[in-house]
Amino acid sequence: MERKIRVLIAKPGLDGHDRGAKLIARALRDAGMEVIYTGLRQTPEMISEAALQEDVDVVGLSILSGAHMGLVPRILKSLQENGMQDVHVFVGGIIPEEDMPALLEMGVSAVYGPGTVTQQVVKDVRKIVLGYTEE
Amino acid sequence: MKSIGNAQAVLAGDRRAIARALTEVENDTKFGSALLDELFVYTGKAHLVGVTGSPGAGKSSLVNQIAKIFRKPKVGQPVRVGIVAVDPSSPFTGGAILGDRVRMRDLSGDSGVFIRSMATRGTLGGLAKKTSAFAQILDAAGYELILIETVGAGQSEVDIARLAHTTIVVESPGMGDDIQAIKAGILEIADILVVNKADQPMADLTLRALKANLDLAHPQQFSAFDRMHLHTLAFEPIPIVSSDVPDIWFPPLFPTVSTRGEGIELLVEAIVAHKAYLQDNGQWQQREAARLQEELNDLLLSYFASQWRMQVNKSKIEEVVHDLLARKYSPQQSLKRLL
Ligand SMILES: Nc1nc2c(ncn2[C@@H]2O[C@H](COP(=O)(O)OP(=O)(O)O)[C@@H](O)[C@H]2O)c(=O)[nH]1
Ligand SMILES: [Mg+2]
Repeated sequence: MERKIRVLIAKPGLDGHDRGAKLIARALRDAGMEVIYTGLRQTPEMISEAALQEDVDVVGLSILSGAHMGLVPRILKSLQENGMQDVHVFVGGIIPEEDMPALLEMGVSAVYGPGTVTQQVVKDVRKIVLGYTEE
Repeated sequence: MKSIGNAQAVLAGDRRAIARALTEVENDTKFGSALLDELFVYTGKAHLVGVTGSPGAGKSSLVNQIAKIFRKPKVGQPVRVGIVAVDPSSPFTGGAILGDRVRMRDLSGDSGVFIRSMATRGTLGGLAKKTSAFAQILDAAGYELILIETVGAGQSEVDIARLAHTTIVVESPGMGDDIQAIKAGILEIADILVVNKADQPMADLTLRALKANLDLAHPQQFSAFDRMHLHTLAFEPIPIVSSDVPDIWFPPLFPTVSTRGEGIELLVEAIVAHKAYLQDNGQWQQREAARLQEELNDLLLSYFASQWRMQVNKSKIEEVVHDLLARKYSPQQSLKRLL
């Protein structure tokens, strides 16, 4: 049996829209993954604590507020402090093209801007966690 | 590959080690079962409290409030709280959305609380196959109170009553005042009853109806031992003799508003009182005895089944089933042919 992929979907920061986050959560669930959904307005500490307790393979962050360049490093640092530096971090939301290289440089596994196809995210998660793609 | 934790680190309460241990156990790895073997001697201390009731009744919100009070009790030391929240896996994709943490955000940042979400992974009856093992890990790690939130979808959530020392059944108003909906079975497993969402208009009605039902349906509780062994075991269960005839526990009923934390203190008092009742009447040990023997029984049966599977050949099974379906042999006769 293929091992279960566990994903934490979190919404850091102050914006109050979780439609996109829920859409991704459902797509990952439909692909057979276990998705822990934590709701709105999560602090970096709340996210890394949940990632630790749930022992997830992937943390997916949905950020629409434009505050990603401030939030992402704080979350990565908090994950590291919790010994979770091996977890794969995905970032999606309203992320301008020009910020993407810097986010990847920080250690984020993948970044998705507006108009991302959810199936692409599913595929990437599989590939990064399991180390291969299956068609 | 993630490196794996060890028993010593779990016993020391290392949160990363605990989380990894849970994963190993959930995935049924060799390492996971070795860990359970090693930790077993350190288990049996925690108070296991089940919280069951229909989806949306407010179980997660209630768990959040209960844990908050145990963390900041008016008297005595804070109690370390482990939480296992079970949600259903999709039978089609095997995936799951585990959303109970959304209602438990008050507990984040408290190192005396450990919350783990869990998907049923195909098990029916409100718990996952490994929920009991999760409770053991958290118990060994020093969590003194373990709150277990069930799926709450089924009619027969007897599994939680088997696992937990104390079972809380949560009802909420507006599920139609169809009192048939308050099934006899659910009342039988309740050690404590809660009508949550007491802020809603129909709450009084639900409270009164439940109270009336309770008076009728609950002349006395079965002894823990009798009600656990509802089906025949492979061996005659060995009871633990307790000296006195136990007092009767009459399930109390509480209205709560778990979004605002109202009515929770009385509920928590009842949880503590029920623990004392179990311990004073030998019921705690009885339940433990019944549960462990059930577990041994299950293992025994699956062991024999797998032994048998290894030595029988598949064509023989096909032949026997074929003859059975053709009504050449009865089920009893077919069994003899297979052994
Ligand atoms: N009005 C009211 N709503 C509540 C109360 N407790 C929970 N809720 C709401 O009911 C919904 C379901 O609660 P949740 O705790 O997730 O229920 P569960 O599915 O049984 O775990 C949420 O929207 C809660 O905010 C309450 O006491 N009063
Ligand atoms: Mg819930």
